[in-house]
Amino acid sequence: MKIVIIGNGMVGYKFCEKLLAKQHQHPLELIVFGEEMRPAYDRVHLSEYFAGKTADELTLAPATWYAEKGIRLHLGDPVQTIDRAHKTVHCFSGITESYDYLIMATGSSAFVPPIPGVEKQGVFIYRTIEDLEMMAAYARHVKKGAVIGGGLLGLEAAKAMLDLGIADTQVIEFAPRLMPRQIDEAGSHTLRTKLEALGLHIRTNTNTTAILGDDHITGMQFADDSTIDVDMLVISAGIKPRDEVAKLCGLETGHRGGIVVNDHLQTNDPSIFAIGECALHKGMIYGLVAPGYEMADVVATNLTGGAKSFTGYDMSTKLKLIGVDVASFGEPFVSPKDGRSIVWEDTLKGVYKRINISNDGKQLLGGILVGDAEQYNMLLQTCKNKVILPPNPEDIILGERGGSGDAGAGVTSLPDEALICSCEGISKKMICDAVSEQGHETVDAIKKCTKAGTGCGGCVPMLKDLVTHTLKAQGKYVRNVLCEHFQYSRQELFDLVKIHDLKSYDAALDKLGNGDGCEVCKPAIASIIASLWNEMILQRGNATAQDSNDRFLANIQKGGTYSVVPRIPGGEITPEKLIVIGQVAQKYHLYTKITGGQRIDLFGAHVSDLPAIWEALIAAGFESGHAYGKALRTVKSCVGSTWCRFGLHDSVSFAIRIEERYRGLRAPHKLKSAVSGCIRECAEAQSKDFGIIATEKGWNLYVCGNGGSKPQHALLLATDLDSETCIRYIDRFLMFYIKTADPLTRTATWLNKMEGGISYLKNVVVHDSLGIAEQLEAEMQVLVDNYKCEWKEVVDNPELRKRFNHFVNAPEEKDPTVQFEPMRSQKRATEWK
Amino acid sequence: MLTLEQTLTWFPACRVEDVPENGGVCVKYRDEQIALFHFTRRNEWYATQNECPHRQQMALSRGMIGSQDNEPKVACPFHKKTFSLRSGECLSGDEYVLKTYPVKVEGGLVYIGVSTD
Repeated sequence: MKIVIIGNGMVGYKFCEKLLAKQHQHPLELIVFGEEMRPAYDRVHLSEYFAGKTADELTLAPATWYAEKGIRLHLGDPVQTIDRAHKTVHCFSGITESYDYLIMATGSSAFVPPIPGVEKQGVFIYRTIEDLEMMAAYARHVKKGAVIGGGLLGLEAAKAMLDLGIADTQVIEFAPRLMPRQIDEAGSHTLRTKLEALGLHIRTNTNTTAILGDDHITGMQFADDSTIDVDMLVISAGIKPRDEVAKLCGLETGHRGGIVVNDHLQTNDPSIFAIGECALHKGMIYGLVAPGYEMADVVATNLTGGAKSFTGYDMSTKLKLIGVDVASFGEPFVSPKDGRSIVWEDTLKGVYKRINISNDGKQLLGGILVGDAEQYNMLLQTCKNKVILPPNPEDIILGERGGSGDAGAGVTSLPDEALICSCEGISKKMICDAVSEQGHETVDAIKKCTKAGTGCGGCVPMLKDLVTHTLKAQGKYVRNVLCEHFQYSRQELFDLVKIHDLKSYDAALDKLGNGDGCEVCKPAIASIIASLWNEMILQRGNATAQDSNDRFLANIQKGGTYSVVPRIPGGEITPEKLIVIGQVAQKYHLYTKITGGQRIDLFGAHVSDLPAIWEALIAAGFESGHAYGKALRTVKSCVGSTWCRFGLHDSVSFAIRIEERYRGLRAPHKLKSAVSGCIRECAEAQSKDFGIIATEKGWNLYVCGNGGSKPQHALLLATDLDSETCIRYIDRFLMFYIKTADPLTRTATWLNKMEGGISYLKNVVVHDSLGIAEQLEAEMQVLVDNYKCEWKEVVDNPELRKRFNHFVNAPEEKDPTVQFEPMRSQKRATEWK
Repeated sequence: MLTLEQTLTWFPACRVEDVPENGGVCVKYRDEQIALFHFTRRNEWYATQNECPHRQQMALSRGMIGSQDNEPKVACPFHKKTFSLRSGECLSGDEYVLKTYPVKVEGGLVYIGVSTD
């Protein structure tokens, strides 16, 4: 069977993939003709090209993929004529190719309204990577930009203009509101307000009558004769199906464009099919990728002996437009005789939600979300699967008020056949089976095995929930024990160690565990003991239960030497102290580097030099920086209102106060913090476990952010706090984390696993829903009061100092295997093998 | 056993109280570095090479000791590879084997047995 595919866009590519994945009785010969020079790429995420994604990253599959699959791919070679009588196509380069079946996946082009002057330089359309490259080249000297089109594509183009650095960009829409096809007037108003706050100028009800300028654009004229200055214009006002080749060979097309197809996507020539944006099905052009993929599947199924029809497609969609969530699903507009609407609007945060409900109040018909579309997936599934609504249907957008937990049972309430990934057509059951029967227990594994979540990516959060729920249902996470020596979770052990007043690892092992311990439970229990009592960690026999870094109060580095980090609260340091650090580094031949947390790291110290190094540092007023511990590291700060012309409050003083309050606090994992003096956020507080940002009225407190391999922004816990309240909330937050997190779990992961998420945490910390706030504060105060610099204790204690030797029987000798090499006038550790 | 005794030299490494309870120290013997462990919980002594064979780091004496199914073990502080203190075998799935040494305690002194060939 020989199949020729005209068009190598997303849908054309998906057709190849789907066809190859099915069983074949006859050998397949596949030939693809594409007009563009690149293999199919992800047009949905085109705007990410300006945000830094490369063309390669957008590519769906490289040219080698086609070769491996035996597909002959002709790029930059559009088909020009089809000879239906002889079943051949003839293309631009002169090739003539015969076919048994012909697939038209020619897609669409931008619709350009007939405005005088559209041919001028500086006027662009927004459709292909080439268009983007040309825009980028032209944009360099552009100051004022404009976009015609306030729909989905127009706003995407406006985002591209902003990404190109054209801050002064206007959006011009003919209709009275933005996105008239997807959202209602009130939602559109919310969207407009949010976009205007981001600096976009928006003109609705505006009809462009001329594009001004000689050979290149300098301005635009509107129907009311007003004009504006514009250096660059993008027209993104809609799409026009590519049906010219189809028309030429006599295939039936619609009078407003599109190749007419039946429910099998067959044209009036039974050997020719049309799929994607060029196909006109029951008077409808589908301008989204998911229905295009569904069409590809229908044709691939029917060509391989299966039977499937295309019966229309739900146009529900969720987008992030210039950082603003917009979603519409089911019936976004509903007439009063068909149902009633519940509308919720928060003009302060710029959130609009509307749900349409059947008159009996039992079913969700559709809705609109602007500004916050987190509930989109659940709402869409509730709507599609006709899940019975709760007695107060508003709970599904507002959550149950006055109680805890989410409304409804989340993913568990969905039926097995609920379509989770509409791009790939993957149901809930298929995902749950992949978890329970094939043992794919991570979202990445699920993506690989089922392809769910690989299209638009919108369903990934639901995939995560489904994986977790399925695993839980199998009892996989039920017993969360520490290791073979302790049959308890960390949270249980925390309470048990406290109740039994245990102060050493051995005492805990005797009372609560069995065997001789290991490298998992030793540091975990030692950390619990430190978090509970805040005693010197090297005493009561606990030294050998500490992780190596804690045991030597320094960070072990390549070659077996250690690095030393004195605390520099808030990053503020006097010249005198800087000089001491320099002198110590010179004396002990240490490599020095500024850390990411606004302090100075001294590398290459022999273990036996550590006490003397610290003796010198402590004499100059330094303290341990706990860089070696699962403990508070740094509280970074920007310079704040004492010097900065934008600063609202003294962020350095507050950072020092915070750092000195929580220094030495041991936790399940390291803790980082920062204080920014204004919304410019120079201290990057939103990437920290707890971050504080000054506002006109006080401090905003953010929690559970981190950098690292899985960066996550911190979430807003409370706003406009005075300093005392801010500290009380941090006390509660940290203590709650310390008491309940698993070992080696950062606050971000802890929150991600928490049922109820940030709203639950807010209830506990801010609203004291568990009635433990006072206790948490008291417990924190005990730790704060017990703080002592552990290095000072070592320096002053000859017995402890003795443990810092390399050889027990030759304390004056250093490890002879330690080696350094010179590098940039300092030294480095010799590379290990 | 007789032949083994004959080729061993016992050298005094340190006093019992020089070694932290349930922990290790590094002992220098000529050009060799030996990790010596006092497994106080089990009232046992072990000695192995100090070098972790994974990245050739002189660090095992600074590792945490413990047990896995009752087998005494040490975990290297660098990458947490674990080794049996009895046989020296790697317990975390690699092919490495540590050299081990016999240990005895007499009159408050700890002796390590080294072969003298």
